[in-house]
Amino acid sequence: MANTLFDKIWDAHVVQNVEDGPTQLYIDRLYCHEVTSPQAFAGMRARGLKCFRPDHIYCMPDHNTPTHDQDKPIEDPVSRTQVDTLAKNAADFGLEHFGMMDKRNGIIHVVGPERGLTLPGMTIVCGDSHTSTHGAMGAVAFGIGTSEVEMVLASQCILQARPKTMRIRIEGELKKGVTAKDVALYMMSKMTTSGATGYFVEYAGAVVRNLTMEGRLTLCNLSIEMGARGGMVAPDETTFAYIKGREHAPKGEAWDKAVAYWKTLKSDEDAVFDKEVQFDAADIEPMITYGTNPGMGMGITQSVPMMEGMSEQAKISYTKSLDYMGFRPGESLLGKKIDYVFLGACTNGRIEDFRAFASIAKGRRKAEHVVAWLVPGSWMVDAQIREEGLDKVLEEAGFEIRQPGCSACLAMNDDKIPAGKYSVSTSNRNFEGRQGPGARTMLASPLVAAAAAVTGVITDPRTLL
Amino acid sequence: MKQKFDIITSTCVPLPLENVDTDQIIPARFLKATTREEKFFGDNLFRDWRYHADGSLNKDFVLNDPTYSGQILVAGKNFGSGSSREHAAWAIAGYGFRVVVSSFFADIHKNNELNNFVLPVVVSEPFLAELFASIKENPKMEVEVNLPEQTITNKATGKSEHFEINGYKKHCLMNGLDDIDFLLTNKDKIEAWEEASR
Repeated sequence: MANTLFDKIWDAHVVQNVEDGPTQLYIDRLYCHEVTSPQAFAGMRARGLKCFRPDHIYCMPDHNTPTHDQDKPIEDPVSRTQVDTLAKNAADFGLEHFGMMDKRNGIIHVVGPERGLTLPGMTIVCGDSHTSTHGAMGAVAFGIGTSEVEMVLASQCILQARPKTMRIRIEGELKKGVTAKDVALYMMSKMTTSGATGYFVEYAGAVVRNLTMEGRLTLCNLSIEMGARGGMVAPDETTFAYIKGREHAPKGEAWDKAVAYWKTLKSDEDAVFDKEVQFDAADIEPMITYGTNPGMGMGITQSVPMMEGMSEQAKISYTKSLDYMGFRPGESLLGKKIDYVFLGACTNGRIEDFRAFASIAKGRRKAEHVVAWLVPGSWMVDAQIREEGLDKVLEEAGFEIRQPGCSACLAMNDDKIPAGKYSVSTSNRNFEGRQGPGARTMLASPLVAAAAAVTGVITDPRTLL
Repeated sequence: MKQKFDIITSTCVPLPLENVDTDQIIPARFLKATTREEKFFGDNLFRDWRYHADGSLNKDFVLNDPTYSGQILVAGKNFGSGSSREHAAWAIAGYGFRVVVSSFFADIHKNNELNNFVLPVVVSEPFLAELFASIKENPKMEVEVNLPEQTITNKATGKSEHFEINGYKKHCLMNGLDDIDFLLTNKDKIEAWEEASR
């Protein structure tokens, strides 16, 4: 029978199908960060349990970590307790832990792939909705709740209903200044934040094949913002070249064996998906969001949509959203003054994102009134930035590179956007208060963020390329 | 936490907004707790909608309106989108809701509710619209959620709808069992899978 890529990996991990219930799925990797794991470990203690397969589990703090002075104790005592609790839990349960200042530390979704811990064909979970990122490597990866983290700690298994499958093809060739982030924001604007709920998405088509690994990671990262359970890309030479030689990647004979298997991980020619969607790269321009969910995005030269044709209930939500942002239907965002720029997060905190940002910053200066936070996704990304001399380019333009972590994506550390201020952010969510109470977030690519940072207003990056 | 679920008849709290995300249900700054205290999370449910920036009560928000109370939260479509934070389900349960009714739920949040013995009930768009209307007309009207029969009834109009839940999860809710209880009973199957896939 013809199978999709998703079917092949899922089926290979079924321990049993519970009668009139979910599937018991074996999990190859559990990643734990400090925010969604403490109550799971507490539950394990309360039940007197040990981890069933501790060598399948990796822990690292990322949400609370400050982006400066990481060598000193965290100032906020509550954040510090949460980070320390993860270290203690990892030690008590015998789990690998990449603590703050450890050169392996960073945002869990950046670290997994770059360390070769995330590999094609795996099942991967983490108490974090952006676990979908890892699907870019050809894995079935999805976010879970804390009770489910506890399930995996206890049994290396999870109970899940089998999702439906969707294939999204993006055909054609991306235009100048259009990145993986724009593709994702464009798809969300068409599909809405619930358009893929209940589905596991496979991204395919010429655009996806031609994306770098970093681009694919960005694309899969944002799957959850369409409601998808996860997103994935079939592994290919780009994937294998990315993985080869990484710390935890198979070596020698094991490498050849692994690649031979990974090459079988693609949807069969005649595989049937529950839903197929197609987009044309020619329709996509640099994107920006104007509202308070990631589906409220538009091409940067377009205007905020009018309310005509919306249901009464939708109008209430739409009005609330625009009021929060301080925008009006029909207005253009180009030329709007902005206050903050954030480059980073598991969405756009990789080396390619810093290269893109630097390509616009080079030879220009940060606008005087703009506060810019440039936060690498990991120490490894930080090292590469310095190796390539991007730090010099950015410093000359008036930017400073901070220390790795989730940072202003959800503002659990000190990096909070003040109430009422406008932020152009490369992160993944523009929800009310996401970057701090009252903060107004506009999601965009690193190119759009850089263009805003050097001009101080919303600017089409194509005019600066 | 493990409250057995059977039939719940209650008045409702209406929240006729769409795409209510988990950042609104419980903002990120309340995720720093390392324990699962229901009161803490319940007190901070919809924190930034319940309180103004200066800490004063937002009298316009439904949770602060004494007209509405009950164990059933009724919300617009795509409830619980965004982050996987189970803290959102803890906040809903901690506040005292046992049921959330909507025409559409985000996947991860729906699982999180079920794992905390809060029942997500998916109803049709017309049923939801009528329910909002009924509550508006008479805030004291009641809804019956019958898990054994898998029905929800708007007692103002008498209209009833069937809702879906898989047999396994229904059994768990009705008997106060969780998934870990189940998984711990089949370690032999897990080891057999590991052996077979070596």
